[in-house]
Order: sequence, then structure tokens, then C-alpha cells
Amino acid sequence: KETEFMIRSECSLRHSASLANKVFIQRDYTDGTVCKFQTKFPSELESRIERTLFEDTVKTLNNYYAEAEKIGGQSYLEGCLACLTIYLIFLCIETRYEKVLKKISRYIQEQNEKVYAPRGLLITDPIERGMRVIEISVYEDRGSSGSSSGSSTTSSSGR
Amino acid sequence: MITRKVTRKWEKLPGKNTFCCDGRVMMGRQKGVFYLTLFLIVGTCSLFFAFECPYLAVHLSPAIPVFAVLLFVFVMAMLLRTSFSDPGVLPRALPEEANFIEMEIEAANGNVMAGQRPPPRIKNVQINNQIVKLKYCYTCKIFRPPRASHCSICDNCVDRFDHHCPWVGNCVGKRNYRYFYLFTLSLSLLTIYIFAFNIVHVVLREYRNIFEHVVSLTPHCTVLEVLVCFFTLWSVVGLTGFHTYLISLNQTTNEDIKGSWSGKNRVQNPYSHKSIIKNCCEVLCSPTYPSVLDRRGVMLEDLSSPTPSDASAASTHQSSNPVSQTTKSSAPLIPNEHTPDEAKPGIGSGTQKSTSSPKEEKPPSPTSPNAVAPAVIKESSH
Repeated sequence: KETEFMIRSECSLRHSASLANKVFIQRDYTDGTVCKFQTKFPSELESRIERTLFEDTVKTLNNYYAEAEKIGGQSYLEGCLACLTIYLIFLCIETRYEKVLKKISRYIQEQNEKVYAPRGLLITDPIERGMRVIEISVYEDRGSSGSSSGSSTTSSSGR
Repeated sequence: MITRKVTRKWEKLPGKNTFCCDGRVMMGRQKGVFYLTLFLIVGTCSLFFAFECPYLAVHLSPAIPVFAVLLFVFVMAMLLRTSFSDPGVLPRALPEEANFIEMEIEAANGNVMAGQRPPPRIKNVQINNQIVKLKYCYTCKIFRPPRASHCSICDNCVDRFDHHCPWVGNCVGKRNYRYFYLFTLSLSLLTIYIFAFNIVHVVLREYRNIFEHVVSLTPHCTVLEVLVCFFTLWSVVGLTGFHTYLISLNQTTNEDIKGSWSGKNRVQNPYSHKSIIKNCCEVLCSPTYPSVLDRRGVMLEDLSSPTPSDASAASTHQSSNPVSQTTKSSAPLIPNEHTPDEAKPGIGSGTQKSTSSPKEEKPPSPTSPNAVAPAVIKESSH
């Protein structure tokens, strides 16, 4: 369903625009191996979208992932119940992580529709890139002159 | 109307995994030792159920075989879960991502003089106020996340890589480590259980025979079971103890072997919560992570080559200018001290690829279509 939406969005963007560039938002490992993305605003998007909108999107995604990976009462319960049923219970019910992933994909779809597609951008769900990056495709109007190469990325200090 | 066979994503995955049941089952390449493990467990337990249990159930308690059955089922379930699940494989970078990373590395390194070795591809990140180095994987074209490592047998980067276990025929990583631990733990219990009741059985029979003057033939099976259990005990119980120690410190086997967190000048383990209970909880009770591989997703024709102009330009560019560029494509050509085991693509990488692809086609595993996979995936797989 998610990929169908992506195809439709891509097609509709392609009719009027061509893919100019892709920006990759990297993972932020300062808190360990939990899934968290850097909120640093990439320079390629400066002219395309407001910084606050972008940061909101990434922060919301980070919150969703934190919720999915939270080790607490619910994860213990899920783990113990699953162990007692030799993990056959996962044939019937969804894990909490999978439920949150569905919420994330709905959120990304909504953000694409409302915020990013009108600005000629498209966010790819990180799960499709191995949870390594948030890929943002930048589309240029076909009528506009040559697209920016985007290769002049200054190395970030956060690395 | 022609019905086309649907191509699922597992058929096009790079790496040397074996897939079964249309992508539902994922294993490592070499399965011989796994079959041995299965044979030993199933064989020994069958002998126990056939020869010991009737005697013990009658003379001691029927609960003994019942508990043995439950334990056996648990052991088999954990073994199959460990062997058949995705250990936490990180998919390789698609060409755009790989190029993006290459450009960032170039920007960070500046201009490298011709003939001079480019600096090793390392990224420093700060985790819990400690500096951890992230290495670049030349095969997968990514900077490996912390605790990830590349398995040369499966040819994949695996998240929280522990080790590649030939006994289960798969890597042990983030997603299946707890199943592996429960497998070794329950197998230890099962082995001790069978061993103990074999001894009890022998003792009971001999004891009875002294009073009943009946010549007894202790079944050879009992002796066989005792032998198997005896040798299994030392290895499996030892392994369980070792992994219990690792879990309490929140370390992986890989880190322990490499001595990542030991030694005076080394960083202390930044992932440990400094509390045994918290570490155990994190490793054993954390949420079940989903697989990021999407093995059973359907390959869509128009998404398999999303930017054909970019892909073909990239592939022709790389194949026609292997040596001329000193930084962009020759950096991977020179292995540095940080990548001793990884693929050492050289100028002859083209020939290496062509000789290795027929080998990949020989095993009946469904990864053979790699040879005819789109050029995009083939470039990124080496």
C-alpha cells in the first residue's frame, strides 16, 4: 500500500517534475543504537522547505521510534507471553514494533500529501532503506534550468 | 492471458543466504552442520522417549516423559527460530545513497595526491560520551552502524552481530540472539535432564536386577545417549555460561573476541547500563525488532530501476573509468588496514565478478538470479 502510494506520488510528480537530487538524513547515534535520525537541516533543502517543518517531521519520527523501542512493562509482557507460547503467538498478533511502524508509514504518507509533495519533495519511509536513512527525493519542475548538483555538502560536525 | 510468476524481493537480494518457502525462511549458506545438530537432538531424544521413558514412567513418574517432551519441543522451536529468521541483515545501499556517502567522504578527505593512500574510511560518533569508530563497509557501501559487522560467510552486514554459528546454520545478530540464547539454555537443561535420567535408569535396573537375579541387558542406546549427553554437556553448558556472562555485560561475542571494550586504552562499553539486571532486560526483554529486508515483497517492474538514466550512467561511468579517478573509485580499490577481510576489489574486479557469478549459479539456492539481476544491484553487491 505504501509502495503504491509512492508510485502514484512519483508518477504525479514526474508528469510535471523530474527527479533532481536525493538527500539522505543519517542516523544519530549519540544515544546508542536506538533508532533516531539527525535533525540537522540539510543545505539542499534550504530553498525548498521551512526548517521548522522539516525538524518537526524528523522529531515526530524519532518519537515514534522511541515509542516502538521502549523497554518497559509492555515489552516485558510481550516477551514473556511470546516465550511461553514458543513465539507462536506472533502468528496471530502483531508485535508492538510492527504496530508503530504502521503508524509511522501513515504519518509519512500524510506528511507527503500535506507538506512535502506541494513543495516538490518526497519522503521515503526509512524501513525501505534498512532504517539507515530518511531519503528525501527532490523534484525540479521540468521547465526550470539545470538542477543543483548537491555535491557541495560540507561535512557535518556531528560525525 | 498469460499469468506471470511474481518475483519476490528475496530472489534479488545480494548476499549468500539460502531462502526457502518463498522467502519465509532465511538461512546461511552452509547447512551441513545444522543438519547434524538436528540429527543429534532428534536422534538422542527419540532414543530417550523410546527406551527410557516407558521404564521411567512406570517405575518413577509419568511426569518425567511429559516434561521431557515439553523441553524437547521448546528446544526445537528455539533452534528453528534461530536458524530460519533474519538475524538483522542490513540491506546494501542503493546507488544514490552509496554515491551520496562517497561524495561526503571525498568532501571530508579533501584532495588525495595521486599515489598516496587515501585515509581509512572511519566516522567517529559519540555514544554516551564515548567516542566510537564506525567503519565503512566496502561490500555494502555503508558506514556500519555501531555494533554491526559484516559476516563473510553470509556476505551481509548484520546489526548487533554476535557470531556466525554453523550449528544453527545462520548468523546470530540482533533479531535472533535471544532465541539463540534460549536455545543453548534449554538444550543445556535437556541434556542435563536426559543425562541424569539415563543414570537413574541404569542404576534402577542394576539395583532391581541384584534383587531379582535377572540378567539385564542395559540397552546400548542408554550408553549412546550417555555419551552424546556427556560431550554435549561440556560444550553447550559452557556456551550458555559464556553467553550469560556476555548478556550481563551487554557485549557481543564479536566485541569480546576483538577486545573492543577491554584493555587500558580502550573505550569502556558505552552500551552497558552498568547494571546486570538492566543489561539482561535489554538483551532478552527488548521489543521484537522487525526485519528490514521485506523478503516477501513483490518486485515491481518500474521500481526495480527507479532512475534508469542515473543507474546506467553510474554503471557505465564506473566500468569505463576504473583507474582514472584517484579518489572516487580508486579509494575502494586499495584495501587499508581496517578492511582486511572484506572484498578487495581491484582493477580485476570485473574479472572476479565474472568468475564468481557462475559459482553462485551452481547451488540450487534462489540467490542464483543475482547473475541476471539488474545492473544496479550487481554493482552495489561487490
